[in-house]
Amino acid sequence: MMAALIFIFSVAALMQFFVSYCRSLIAASSRKALSADVQDVIGIRRSANGDDFERVMQYLHLCPDRREDRNGVKAIGAYFRLLGAVGAILGKLVPSLRVWTELERSQCAYFAAVALDRRIAHNRDMFAEQMSG
Amino acid sequence: MVGPFGYTIWLLGALLEAAVVVCSLVRGPLRRYFTLNLYMAMSVLVSVGRYLEFSRHGLTSSEYVYFYYYSDAILTICLYFALMGLYAIVFEELGVTMRLRVFMMLLLIGTTLFSYSVVHQSESRMLTRYIIEISQNLYFVGLILTYVLWAALLKLRESRVRVIQIVLSLGMYFSINAANYALRNAYPDLRFVWAFLPPAAGMFLPIAWIYAFMKFDDEARLAPGRLAAVPR
Repeated sequence: MMAALIFIFSVAALMQFFVSYCRSLIAASSRKALSADVQDVIGIRRSANGDDFERVMQYLHLCPDRREDRNGVKAIGAYFRLLGAVGAILGKLVPSLRVWTELERSQCAYFAAVALDRRIAHNRDMFAEQMSG
Repeated sequence: MVGPFGYTIWLLGALLEAAVVVCSLVRGPLRRYFTLNLYMAMSVLVSVGRYLEFSRHGLTSSEYVYFYYYSDAILTICLYFALMGLYAIVFEELGVTMRLRVFMMLLLIGTTLFSYSVVHQSESRMLTRYIIEISQNLYFVGLILTYVLWAALLKLRESRVRVIQIVLSLGMYFSINAANYALRNAYPDLRFVWAFLPPAAGMFLPIAWIYAFMKFDDEARLAPGRLAAVPR
């Protein structure tokens, strides 16, 4: 009985910590403006749409990755899928939840766009270094 | 039997734990986050000790099993000290750090005594059962304390990204381990689940802390209102 209670509470707390952790990752990148190049390539200006996420992720996978970004991108990918599942299952019952998950999904897409921007800038710097060396 | 995958996870875990201390040294916050680094340094030592016990006596030997669970309980206590360090950072301006430390030490002693009394009343009275019981309870109390700290962060509108990410990753680590030990206590046959989760959680914590130390400095801030799971 005690073990079952601990298990249920721990899983519920884990979900809450995970959501907040992902939100902290997203919040840290939400103030960053996208460069004009990335805006043109992915068609996102100041705000993104949840449906953009997969497309931006495809661009991200094409770009050589940065070690610092890898885990954050994975965590946000998992968060995006979780939001999709919650929105699809509970969204019909609680419309406000669906609105919230859509908002969160759009912020995940913006996070991915900022990560893409950083990767492109990093690769440009590397290329410039190689050319000058 | 530990396969190549198991060895890789083991080695990677120890390297990541050592990397946290190195990153902390490089980026400067070693003194400020001393208890966190102490825990990571202890984890590296425990990993080495476990490997030595494993290579001498084997995975299924009672020597290795006892060493594993005792060292796990000691590491959890070290994690309590890390948590105390985080409480001290969050509440440093309120001047209540000493009271919090006393309270947490009392809680730690209380949890140990409670776990002992639960096992003492049971029929089996096995030492391994006591260790599993105490680990489950220590992780759970750690989870509650991290949850309280998280609530305090939201209430105090804490905005330092590094502190926020360290606390949240610690919360996830405690949650995974508390759930894992509870599952193990309730369903000892589900070995494929509870044998896999601790190494995964053990890898996640140093990765998250390395990320927090390397990516953000102590002054990096974000809007605290964006963090609550329910929008405010």
